[in-house]
Amino acid sequence: MSKQTVIELTVNNHPGVMSQICNLFSRRAYNVEGIACMPVNGGKTSKIWLLVNADEVLDQMVKQVDKLEDVIEVDRHDHGHDVFVKMSEFVE
Amino acid sequence: MKCSGAEIVIKLLERQGIEIIAGIPGGANLPLYDALGQSEKIRHVLTRHEQGAGFIAQGMARVSGKPAVFFATSGPGATNTLTAIADAKLDSIPIICITGQVPLSMIGTDAFQEVDTYGLTVPITKHNFLVRSVEELFEVIPKAFRIASSGRPGPVVIDVPKDIQMANVEFDDWPDPGLRESGPEIIMGEIERAAKMINKASKPVLYLGGGVIQSDSAAYALAFAEKASIPSAMTLMGLGVVPSDHPLCIGMLGMHAARYTNMALEECDLLVAIGVRFDDRATGKVQEFCPKAKIVHIDIDPSELDKIKTAHASVTGDVSDTLEALLPLIEKKGRKDWLGEIVELKENNPMIVSDGDDPTSPYGVILKAAEFAGEKAIICTDVGQHQMRTAQVYPFKYPRQWLTSGGLGTMGFGMPAAIGAALAEPDRIVLCFTGDGSIMMNIQDLATAMEHDVNIKIILINNNALGLVRQQQDLFYGKRYYESEYAKRVNFVKIADGFGIKTYDLGLSDDPARTLSEAIAKPGPSLIHVPISPDASVYPMVPPGAANIEMIGGRKNV
Repeated sequence: MSKQTVIELTVNNHPGVMSQICNLFSRRAYNVEGIACMPVNGGKTSKIWLLVNADEVLDQMVKQVDKLEDVIEVDRHDHGHDVFVKMSEFVE
Repeated sequence: MKCSGAEIVIKLLERQGIEIIAGIPGGANLPLYDALGQSEKIRHVLTRHEQGAGFIAQGMARVSGKPAVFFATSGPGATNTLTAIADAKLDSIPIICITGQVPLSMIGTDAFQEVDTYGLTVPITKHNFLVRSVEELFEVIPKAFRIASSGRPGPVVIDVPKDIQMANVEFDDWPDPGLRESGPEIIMGEIERAAKMINKASKPVLYLGGGVIQSDSAAYALAFAEKASIPSAMTLMGLGVVPSDHPLCIGMLGMHAARYTNMALEECDLLVAIGVRFDDRATGKVQEFCPKAKIVHIDIDPSELDKIKTAHASVTGDVSDTLEALLPLIEKKGRKDWLGEIVELKENNPMIVSDGDDPTSPYGVILKAAEFAGEKAIICTDVGQHQMRTAQVYPFKYPRQWLTSGGLGTMGFGMPAAIGAALAEPDRIVLCFTGDGSIMMNIQDLATAMEHDVNIKIILINNNALGLVRQQQDLFYGKRYYESEYAKRVNFVKIADGFGIKTYDLGLSDDPARTLSEAIAKPGPSLIHVPISPDASVYPMVPPGAANIEMIGGRKNV
């Protein structure tokens, strides 16, 4: 298995946002292994965590995500993130 | 104040300075049209297909550099716009498409003429909106203009449900119009590093693209080239940045470049890429593109840097800001040896133009039309052999003179885009070079050209074939011309006549040069028919997937 990393996005919270993010990854043929999304304080923004392969195209994908109008912030967690550690318990 | 959503949209568009909107009304955007009908500032151009409206908007935007707007209704109206929007995305053109949508309460019910416009346009827009309340319009409309014109420009779609168009709202003030934002802060370290590499290079070449035109910085690019004596190649989108008769201009690079242009790139030791994205039609096999060169890449879009080729120095920023900062750091040079080498390459491997004096030949009609139309003309093309020939030989003088579908390569672009250009610049002649394959893809909007009496000269170069497809079958598919030739002929002169357009046929004229000159001089729309042989190919040609240096044809003395 190739090395994985987690991208954490802070996005505007509206019904089209997930479609914007997922569409970007699928149309650039970049696989998303895991995804989690929660509104922040039920308010205007959401957090999205993406579990992706840390390959040579990742930098390009991060730049592309960062360009989306609805994406406010992009963070990378190269050592993983608790969200997916806990979620993985559901599929064990 | 109290206004309906539709009135708010129209008023906000007026406040953005919009004067012309192309489009077609339908069930879901009738409230918008009702409000538009009351506007004294905006004129509507009724097209015969929504794709035509989209390309009219593109024509206006490409000539003016400002966002242009077009309208379509829900469902088929919206799906018909998609090609024009995708085309704008790939060429970074600021257009705003406002579509009607079924009422909010009916979204998701498979209502009549309901389609997921938002979902369909996600991958082909810079950004898109589905408006969910009438109050949102105050934010969304100015934001759409800001997004379309800022940074790397691009298309924006605003989908407005019918009940929101009809809803009334009380409010106090109009929001400010959305404007282009200035580019990101320049990082001087990046500029200095690039300058150092440029000053050290002995055989640099400039690789200039549409970004130079978008940022209105052709003058800086030219000053840069002149100061450091750097030969300058342009992409299809960059034509016009350096005048084609300028001594440093080495023409268009890539698949249909003159031999010497690709050879110069093969030899260069530094490639200064400005406002370009290393498109495969420009670079050929990318691993073998400019094999001896280091790369400096300047672009406003960080995701273009290191996307295809990793640059040795990348500069993020508006091309205009970066060139302004770079220029003082560039050493003045004569570069006698390198320029001498270029002259020699050009002498031995020039662009071969056959029958340039014959207005009934594929190249001759382009050169003669240029002569008759003069330097002020706007040049528009469709997609195919005529497009590549025009790109190869037209004497371009300045930016925004040249309108062509570069990235998406959309047949059907030419004529409606020419209408848009003529609407934006009514005092200029617009030449539209097209082919018999391309014009058929939007021929319905000849009616729009006729109704608005636009000054476009449609030069239809007719080989009764899909010429560039046929050429690929000729070269790479054993001359098996399957479905690239039309079985029978269409009478385009009669068709244009039926649309009420003036017609000329160079194939039947005793004095084709005179006929062409008269056709171009006469105001209003006209179609000039130029029959040619399907066997005339566009050379040189780099086979798809091959390195740029592996050119077929276009040799001197062969």
